[in-house]
Amino acid sequence: MAEQLYREIILDHYRNPRNKGVLEPADYSYEDTNPLCGDEVRIDLRVKDGIVSEVRFSGRGCAISQASASILTEMIQGKPLEEVKALTKDDLLEELAIPISPARMKCACLSLKVLKAGIYGVPQDED
Amino acid sequence: MTTETTHNVPTPLDAAAIRADFPVLNQPLEPGEKTLVFLDSAASSQKPAAVLDALNDYYRQYNANIHRGVYKLSEKATAKYEEARHLVAAFINAASPREIVFVRNSTEAINLVAHSWGRRNLKEGDLVVLSVMEHHSNIVPWQLLAEEKGFEIAYIPLTSDVRLDMEAYEQLLRREPKLVSVAHVSNGVGTINDVATIIRQAHEAGAVVLIDGAQSVPHLPIDVQALDCDFLAFSGHKMLGPMGSGALYGKRALLEAMPPFLGGGGMIRKVTLEGSTFADVPARFEAGTPAVGEAIGLGVAVEYLTALGMDRVREHERELTAYALERLREVPAITIYGPQDPELRGGVISFTLGDVHPHDVAAILDSDNVAVRAGHHCNQPLMHHLGVVATTRASFYVYNTLEDVDRLVAGLHAVNRIFGLA
Repeated sequence: MAEQLYREIILDHYRNPRNKGVLEPADYSYEDTNPLCGDEVRIDLRVKDGIVSEVRFSGRGCAISQASASILTEMIQGKPLEEVKALTKDDLLEELAIPISPARMKCACLSLKVLKAGIYGVPQDED
Repeated sequence: MTTETTHNVPTPLDAAAIRADFPVLNQPLEPGEKTLVFLDSAASSQKPAAVLDALNDYYRQYNANIHRGVYKLSEKATAKYEEARHLVAAFINAASPREIVFVRNSTEAINLVAHSWGRRNLKEGDLVVLSVMEHHSNIVPWQLLAEEKGFEIAYIPLTSDVRLDMEAYEQLLRREPKLVSVAHVSNGVGTINDVATIIRQAHEAGAVVLIDGAQSVPHLPIDVQALDCDFLAFSGHKMLGPMGSGALYGKRALLEAMPPFLGGGGMIRKVTLEGSTFADVPARFEAGTPAVGEAIGLGVAVEYLTALGMDRVREHERELTAYALERLREVPAITIYGPQDPELRGGVISFTLGDVHPHDVAAILDSDNVAVRAGHHCNQPLMHHLGVVATTRASFYVYNTLEDVDRLVAGLHAVNRIFGLA
């Protein structure tokens, strides 16, 4: 089970995060924490002509939360903002392609929660 | 670890036999599943069959409210509830069962003291001394009350090996604090504090002393009269008892001078529309219907521990801790926090593994059916002192064996493999 959860894709994104950093100024910026692990994730976006032109994430925490943020930035880079708004938890989980137990769901979905809160300007319900 | 010979070593506990008394640890396994190694007793212990049977007997045979009914069921429930109070009092050598107030847990016990003794006795200009290693339950109640009353809180700082800085403590005592409230054993890193000295010095300075015994009463022989503490808070669920059971010990004279905590039924002498007078201790502090079966279960847990012998329980955990410290030092990239000498530690070991997040460590151990805690352990100021946001914590109790330590160590090697640390 450990080998399934900590598959190469997770460890690779954890060790070599994509789009790591901050954008200042950014069109959308938000950060939040997951009190369970103490995970922190911040996501900054720049949007040009309705398209996500640049995205960066920063933060620290467990491998699942940080790899998820890295993977999410790859999913939305270059995508229309409207499409990004429509992203669901299942879309992200499918991309992570690992079995997430209920205890780790908050770790896995922190990045999406932060992204949505940034775009909408207010914290979003998790479900 | 074989040099100390000054104390009499009691006959060892047979942990494998003890394990058989705990249904949770003896469940049928799925094909390929390994037996459960439970290393999170500092959060809450498992319960032996004797305690579960006591709960079952209460709810099936004599479930009734106490101190009220004139029928046989209620009489039996009342007698068993008060018998449990006697057992708990004897367990910590209290002078009288009246010095035992049943509460839900240590948190409630400390809040009771803050709301009752604290609200009556603390005022602006006063000083309360806590320590940096306290559990949040021994920080937040005092901070909440300080906001209301305007007294000052000072914290005993920690040494690099996570012991209380006793020189700094003596400096604080010169400021004549009204209250000193510290943990006997750190839930975060396992340090055993020299509470006998802390209490004696505090009393010399005129302070009242509350000891947070959540991590000591389950694991060490405790004699409140020898210690001379004024209050002792502890949780039943951490010492083989049911969830929702716990106790506050308080010296009788102090308890008798304290106003009620919660108001309601069971804690009054007489109620009129103009006002009320209150029951004697401990009933004054037990408003409403208590967790009767759970208190009875705690009494049975205390009997179970007494039969094992608390000096043997301590020796068993000291041996496990010494072995674990030795074996864990073999694990590459590990940092172990707290005193290195097992004599100075309870059965709690907190560590980090390279830069792997403790939650990832715990998840990988769990996949091998080894249950540990990961996080800040309700110890954020202590974590800040250690310079980490979280640690992984393994904690031991009577049912843990040397083989459990081996399983932990093997799991940590697996973490290192997966994260490429070794």
